[in-house]
Amino acid sequence: MKILVSIKRVADPDNASKLKVSSDGTAVTSEGLEWKMNPFDDWSLEAALRLTENAAEKNARVGEVVLVSIGPNDEHTQRIIREGLAKGAERGILVEADDANLDSNVVSQILKAVVDKENPDLVVMGKQAADGDSNVAGTKLAARLGWPIINYAMKISTNDDGKTLEVKRELDTGVATVKVTGPAVITTSDRILQPESVKNGITPADHQYAKLEVGGRYASLKGIMQAKKKPIDQMSLGDLGIEAKVALKYTKFELPPARSGDTTFVESVEDLVDKLHNTAKVI
Amino acid sequence: MAKVLVVAELLEGKTRKTTLCAVTAAKQIAEGTGGSFDILSIGEGAGAAAAELTGYGAGKVLKADIPGGYVCEKYGPTVAEIGKGYDVIVACASAFGKDLLPWVAAKLDAGMASEIAAVHTDAGKPRYTRPMYAGNVSGNVEILTGKHVVTVRQSEFDAATESGGSSPVEDVAIATDPAADKVEFIGVEVMKSERPELTDADVVVSGGRALKSAENFTNVIEPLVDALGAAMGASRAACDAGYVSPELQVGQTGKVVAPKLYVAIGISGAIQHLAGMKGSKTIVAINKDKEAPIAQVADYFLVADLFDAVPALTEEVKKL
Repeated sequence: MKILVSIKRVADPDNASKLKVSSDGTAVTSEGLEWKMNPFDDWSLEAALRLTENAAEKNARVGEVVLVSIGPNDEHTQRIIREGLAKGAERGILVEADDANLDSNVVSQILKAVVDKENPDLVVMGKQAADGDSNVAGTKLAARLGWPIINYAMKISTNDDGKTLEVKRELDTGVATVKVTGPAVITTSDRILQPESVKNGITPADHQYAKLEVGGRYASLKGIMQAKKKPIDQMSLGDLGIEAKVALKYTKFELPPARSGDTTFVESVEDLVDKLHNTAKVI
Repeated sequence: MAKVLVVAELLEGKTRKTTLCAVTAAKQIAEGTGGSFDILSIGEGAGAAAAELTGYGAGKVLKADIPGGYVCEKYGPTVAEIGKGYDVIVACASAFGKDLLPWVAAKLDAGMASEIAAVHTDAGKPRYTRPMYAGNVSGNVEILTGKHVVTVRQSEFDAATESGGSSPVEDVAIATDPAADKVEFIGVEVMKSERPELTDADVVVSGGRALKSAENFTNVIEPLVDALGAAMGASRAACDAGYVSPELQVGQTGKVVAPKLYVAIGISGAIQHLAGMKGSKTIVAINKDKEAPIAQVADYFLVADLFDAVPALTEEVKKL
């Protein structure tokens, strides 16, 4: 099974409260924040790796994961691709583009061009990027390809190397189960990191992955060494025959107003109830 | 003069309240541009749901009865076909709207703004404000394509109320797409609760990792939830640990809530959780650690062991 996983570098989402806006309001500045792999992409990479390995045989690779990142061709984008390669992906693709010329519309066009070139069996991607929080590119990609979209997958299982997959997907009101015939685009939910979330028909069905609290697996030392030798193809939008035309234009960014008032530390349950009942009047 | 189409969301043949928040946004866009709006009721039982939607001032209510469970590629073609006749297509940014509308936008070559928090009009054209970076930045966005597709954040738009009148109901033709044949809907487990819906409750009580077990949610959190007539929520850590089911997750990747009162119990307040609740009017934190980041947004903070404080709080609330 060959899986394409898109990964984006984003300003450290755990420190997003330190973001600033330029004085004219036209740009978000992430100065001082580290570039990180979009956490939602990291989870999807974990799912893709589980689909293409035998976890009972020291994670022996039985398929191929190709990473694609779209962004400036700089050390940060390259580092993030290497990070994914160190976790186990086979190769990387860096599509060079200015952030200012990217939105979900353009990203889905670029990814379609990469899919047309690579012919993967699946695309597994983050449901959203932690910066734009749009939640659009995956579905737009599927619609452009004519492939089914399965959003918010919490469990994925296949017994025929990804030709058909049973997926449980999270809804607002519960969990739906669908059977999808590939090729398809899948985005993942938080629960994809659970120990039994992925069954690929190769790793024994009773295998329990280690419990992951925050993100996907860590790279092993061996993985980090191997990653240095793995290829990263670089290409331009022109190479892919894409003319980037964004569909959205941000005219102004603002920091949302801080919550008014200080925190009142209350001494007791009685004090809390008194404040909520008589001061805030919310109970 | 924008012509706006609201895509209604149905649950078991009834209109979900999410639809009414999208109606409010659609009315704002229509009023701002001197236009009008229609509603599309789509899915199993669309006829009955359409009848529920005739009193909200829509020009007409369209219905497309599509049997079987929801699959994006089964609904999308009809929405896209109908959408050709509209300038703006709107749905709530629920799991349904976030799944369906990007597909429609792609088929119509339209730009899409997700989870908008406000609508403005500039030179007769609708513009939108949307939260980004887990709610740490707010962006004003212009959609450059002729057609706009937007999803609206439920916590930012009040549910529309009935305004009288009776919109005519019309049947529409069902369109199809070959990709739908690739997806077989097996089933859905709908989580049933007597409590208010998380995104619609005046009071939300959420628990975190510090609860340590599903039993403690049942024995410690639920009595307070019910004493307050609240909805129950949880942090990602509590959902991941299986203490409660995933649809109760509040945060950047769960539900965004803005109740009058939000009580965070044993939740440290990671930035991803704050993204889902910092719009609440009054925020209470109960936590052992007074340095926990939840203090950044809490109006009231009780530094205490939750296992002592929460049962005592439940008893005090019952006395009110």
